[in-house]
Amino acid sequence: MNDLLLPVSERLLAPGGLSIEQLPRLLGELAGPGIDAADLYFQSLVSESWILEDGIVKEGSFHLDQGVGVRAQSGEKTGFAYSNAIDETALAAACRAARSIARSGQQGRVQAFSAPQVRHLYAHANPLDVLERSAKVELLKRIDRATRALDPRIQQVTVSLAGVWDQVLIAASDGSLGADIRPLVRFNVSVIVEQNGRRERGSHGGGGRTDYRFFLEQLNEHEDRAMGYAREALRQALVNLEAIAAPAGTLPVVLGPGWSGVLLHEAVGHGLEGDFNRKGSSAYSGRIGEQVASPLCTIVDDGTLAKRRGSLSLDDEGTPTQCTTLIENGVLKGYMQDKLNARLMGVASTGNGRRESYAHLTLPRMTNTYMLAGQSEPEEIIRSVKRGLFCASLGGGQVDITSGKFVFSTSEAYLIEDGRITAPVKGATLIGNGPEVMNQVSMVGNDLALDSGVGTCGKDGQSVPVGVGQPTLKIDAITVGGTGN
Amino acid sequence: MNASEKVGPQTLPSLQEKVERIIAEARRQGASDCEVSVSAGQGLSTTVRQREVETVEFNRDQGFGITVFVGQRKGSASTSAVEEDAIRETVAAALAIARHASEDECAGLAAPELMARELPDLDLYHPWDIEPEAAIELALRCEAAAFDHDPRIRNADGTSLSSYLGCRVYGNSHGFVGGYASSRHSLSCVMIAEDGGQMQRDYWYDASRIGSALTDGAVIGRRAAERAVNRLGARAVPTCEVPVLFSPELATGLFNHFLAAIAGGNLYRKASFLEGALGQRLFPDWLTLDERPHIPRALGSSAFDGDGLATYAKPFIKDGELVSYVLGTYSGRKLGLPSTANAGGVHNLFVTHGNEDQAALLRRMGRGLLVTELMGQGLNLVTGDYSRGAGGYWVENGEIQFPVQEVTIAGNLRDMFRQILAIGSDLETRGTIRTGSVLIERMTVAGR
Repeated sequence: MNDLLLPVSERLLAPGGLSIEQLPRLLGELAGPGIDAADLYFQSLVSESWILEDGIVKEGSFHLDQGVGVRAQSGEKTGFAYSNAIDETALAAACRAARSIARSGQQGRVQAFSAPQVRHLYAHANPLDVLERSAKVELLKRIDRATRALDPRIQQVTVSLAGVWDQVLIAASDGSLGADIRPLVRFNVSVIVEQNGRRERGSHGGGGRTDYRFFLEQLNEHEDRAMGYAREALRQALVNLEAIAAPAGTLPVVLGPGWSGVLLHEAVGHGLEGDFNRKGSSAYSGRIGEQVASPLCTIVDDGTLAKRRGSLSLDDEGTPTQCTTLIENGVLKGYMQDKLNARLMGVASTGNGRRESYAHLTLPRMTNTYMLAGQSEPEEIIRSVKRGLFCASLGGGQVDITSGKFVFSTSEAYLIEDGRITAPVKGATLIGNGPEVMNQVSMVGNDLALDSGVGTCGKDGQSVPVGVGQPTLKIDAITVGGTGN
Repeated sequence: MNASEKVGPQTLPSLQEKVERIIAEARRQGASDCEVSVSAGQGLSTTVRQREVETVEFNRDQGFGITVFVGQRKGSASTSAVEEDAIRETVAAALAIARHASEDECAGLAAPELMARELPDLDLYHPWDIEPEAAIELALRCEAAAFDHDPRIRNADGTSLSSYLGCRVYGNSHGFVGGYASSRHSLSCVMIAEDGGQMQRDYWYDASRIGSALTDGAVIGRRAAERAVNRLGARAVPTCEVPVLFSPELATGLFNHFLAAIAGGNLYRKASFLEGALGQRLFPDWLTLDERPHIPRALGSSAFDGDGLATYAKPFIKDGELVSYVLGTYSGRKLGLPSTANAGGVHNLFVTHGNEDQAALLRRMGRGLLVTELMGQGLNLVTGDYSRGAGGYWVENGEIQFPVQEVTIAGNLRDMFRQILAIGSDLETRGTIRTGSVLIERMTVAGR
């Protein structure tokens, strides 16, 4: 028995006079004739954020959101409705609306619930409560003061602290019954510096499914993790003060470890989500077993990493998450699936069914997506490039999964000249075609790193937290969108 | 859902009553001032794909947000919960935050005498009594027109019809309460063309306050199909510096970047390349950018801003010169300037245009890139540096030659604004920024 069912149902169901014992009957009404699958998703979420700028803690906000989402599926059709109120009347109305898609068909059936214990990847206490409000405010002020003391060129420091405590309860007609309590915290520092009339920004941050004490852990004898983010933000800003125009044209590009895994998220990840492949709309559709990347590439999506931003003990359909091999030695092995697309493609869910909230439909989504380490020393990879670009850090990215085109932009990058890293260059967008670029990966480093915990992925207007990672890797040719030569 | 439950003007009194109740609760708990926004909405959204229904979604939202002030300290909270306990807890959370925040001399509501007094009816509410079956029918007809347009349209990524009704009431402890009901309906179609082993997707859509005013679904479907088919065979071009023509639906993005660069929040944070640019000539002297907030039925119209101030028509750019920033009460105080009644943004922006259509602008461009697709967020607002993934068409001798993909376009927004050569008569009318195609003298196109 899942040990979170009791506390979560106390919070989500009891106030509206509901209990787990009533759910099979409600699901039975929902999964009537013509409905293949149905589920209920109850959620209660509290979140807060604190923001410091101009040296003062200017804003704080608190958000309390709750509701229930009701879904009914008939073949490829999905009916969906939700309610903020969690009581029998509201639920019955939402069920009627959701099941209106069914016209005829076999008698619906609800399997007996089974709620297996899942391994917990994170703690369950409210992460917002581990620090007093005064301590949160003091943390922001301390980081601001210490950052400003680092360099006289600093014009503006913005520091933010945010936390979420999310409780969900999932009940489905296939017998899935699950509950989860999901903490998520984040700390960010952004710095604007000025020198000789030129201004640049740098920013850094991190977090995960843990609590605020994570940011107070000492990195070394001088500073904690929060201050480490601030120092990194300042370093990036100062590097950018010296940046020259990025080159324009097709070049070899070396991507540093960690957050550069945005590359994989865009070039590979989205194209391997089950919905696009069921619909045949992805550049990777129907290509399982084919060589879609260089043999140096092995890429996984792993929702089971402890305390990681993209991790989930169980997904939003009650399926335990897993580590799914997407590409092994360059060969396409599998897609990421939620229940709907798995059912329609005749495979099992991989625990990738995710939704932004009770008010959104479940989609197959990534968790933590990364490339396994290779054999090369990072220095050797840089040395192998005669003239190219080294991307130490990236901004966001985007992909058109149908044509395979994807972009990502650099936030810290340098020229490589004769095997050495030289001048920093301004931010530029890089563009390529997923399968083509992945075949151009010619060296993979032995320095796999995951990102620091800041990724948010958008799909169909829904945002979910994700992780990315990769070792240093070299792409022989990709288009770099600068303005220089 | 029966008619008596429908969100509309009849919902406003209950929302207003809730605003007043929450303000009273905040006062009771010790707030010296506060502002509250309460909203309710309902919608229907249906998606069809490959001539079958894919989803039918019913939305029903409500919630409120409050900002409280304790002297010069501020805290905010919001919730979607409906119970009285949740209201009290949310107000208490905002106050607890305010008591721990720092004193901020610029914090606080706008002066009572600045609050909007008369709220014109902007005719924003036009419910569309469309049942799911009829919505599905419209979407299916739209998609069918796309499939029928060309045999190379072999797949689809969804055609959606959405209808939304919303109500919002804002009030503050300086005595302002204002609210309105509004509607938004849209029909969008995404199609996939396949030929020679290449797949290309493209889309078209329309949006309006009035459901019956939406462009005919068959026209939208054919346009989506035509755009996807036209992209087949797209390839990169060699790296070059050429003129670039932004299609109208993408040109709105250029002006959105401009509005962000003159937004008070970015200016006082020194996070904009246009900090201190008031009075400078940023655009060619024939160009004017006007805000017109009171246009009946327009998607961006509003009688009051996010602080309760009356919105008013004004230029931001007049004869090429920056004559006003985009300011709310707070950012105005930070900069020592009065609010421009733009807390929450700009309400309908009109861009000067000439009488050349897109074909005429292509002839004027001669040789260059027509951009119809942009990817990524490659903009540094601190420096104005711009670099984005692009797709579109290569143009020689004023005529389209072949589709282009996998290139980037790069420049600096300050240069790009100054180098606008012409704006077309082919106006984008579906959003809150009204502009034609924008021809820019020179940008770096990076490709093969």
